[in-house]
Amino acid sequence: MQNSPASSSPRRTPLYAVHRQMGARMAAYNGWEMPIEYPGSGGLIAEHLAVRTGVGIFDVSHMGDIRIQGPQALAAVQHITINDASRLAVNQCQYSAMLYPAGTFVDDLILHKLAEDDYLIAINAGTREKDWAWVSENVRGFACRAEDVGGSFTQIAIQGPKAIHTLQKLTDADLSQVKSYWFTHGTVCGLKNIMIARTGYTAEDGFEIYLPPEETAGARVWRELREASREFGGVYCGLGARNTLRLEGKLPLYGHEISAEITVWEAGLHRVCKLEKPEFIGKAALEQLQAQGVKRTLAGLEMVEPGIARDGYKVVDQAGQAIGYVTSGSYAPFLKKNIALAYVPVAAAVLDNIVSVEIRGRMVRAKIVPTPFYKRGRT
Amino acid sequence: MTYPNEFRYTKDHEWIKVEGAAGTIGITHYAQDSLGDVVFVELPAAGAELAAGKSFGTVESVKAVSDLYAPVSGTVLEVNGELAAAPEKINQDAHHTWLVKVQLKDPAELNRLLSAADYEKFLQEEGQ
Repeated sequence: MQNSPASSSPRRTPLYAVHRQMGARMAAYNGWEMPIEYPGSGGLIAEHLAVRTGVGIFDVSHMGDIRIQGPQALAAVQHITINDASRLAVNQCQYSAMLYPAGTFVDDLILHKLAEDDYLIAINAGTREKDWAWVSENVRGFACRAEDVGGSFTQIAIQGPKAIHTLQKLTDADLSQVKSYWFTHGTVCGLKNIMIARTGYTAEDGFEIYLPPEETAGARVWRELREASREFGGVYCGLGARNTLRLEGKLPLYGHEISAEITVWEAGLHRVCKLEKPEFIGKAALEQLQAQGVKRTLAGLEMVEPGIARDGYKVVDQAGQAIGYVTSGSYAPFLKKNIALAYVPVAAAVLDNIVSVEIRGRMVRAKIVPTPFYKRGRT
Repeated sequence: MTYPNEFRYTKDHEWIKVEGAAGTIGITHYAQDSLGDVVFVELPAAGAELAAGKSFGTVESVKAVSDLYAPVSGTVLEVNGELAAAPEKINQDAHHTWLVKVQLKDPAELNRLLSAADYEKFLQEEGQ
């Protein structure tokens, strides 16, 4: 995997050749040439449904990773993230975020505690260079070493209610003992000491595995996962289904629901923001913003007239006044509705309130609905 | 995929089948394949005027919105109402799923459109 940000040609994951061979539809995504959908799987909607009812397999090697090790690794992590990393046990993960001093987002992330004084931060693909620059700059005062290890893995996500049964066939690790947001290490398809995390971005149960970056190893696991998943209706999935799956589950996407212009309070991520921590970047601004009162919030919309609200479309109130904008919108393949997330004034974000979305000059009615749009049943 | 000889095609991947002074318009197999799962179609009402080469509606897949371009100028006679509830019919059989029927304004406009052979050649040249 290349790491040079100056390169203008799109980056490719170690599984690129395999995707091409298998007829995946490829497209540019955040500087990466990635599979958007697999016609062989039946396309985006079929992939989405497979994850909700069986299992889907995703190449997520474009995601970045930063490792922080050293005697003050915890202090450094606490300084740059909003959740409380001191609560983590070894082998445990935590959803968190990094903020600018203004209380807006550098990125959201999953923090993994590999060992005492050793953390791995999984970050977004589109923000890799920016995140790395931010982390290396801001941990400088701590006795720790930060390393960009984004090129060290082929990362594959196995997602869906049958993910555990699929992956269990290929590993000696007892996956039933790995709780949600924990990880373990085990042999996968004969590859030793593979990190297996019960995490994902689909609002479904599932795992993310961190393989060595060699093309042959990754390609072999990729094929074996498909074989193992066959009895559960497993399919390869692209980033298209990944996006609709995360939207149904209201999982934020950088540049959409969270960005350098959006605060933690607006994004509704209160539960992961631990103001009781003595200090972290953005804390002072968040305290001030909280005292001032939050003006806009992320709300769920369901279209009640025909039309699909797309990213960036205006949200308009009944009096015709523009009050906000759509951050993500799509047909929701599992719910079979047209849904959207939008920033609107707090006063408008009342359940069942009717607003309109301006769709190419036409006002199309939508109502405020509870989020997440989709929540998986407890198994 | 074979492209019917009795159709004429645009480089924007619409087809038109002409019978007398009326034309039936749809999108090509190639168009539906590149769009992916079609989930919404927005069409003009009967009576609306189409202008050749201008957008007359949109077709939306899960991922994206694409404009529909009129192969010819004319007045909309009929709209395929079935597509409101079942837009996936376009994916299932693009060449038998029509969008609108129009009364042609100027049949000479048809001469500017591609034959099936030309359209297939166009797809090949575009590396499609």
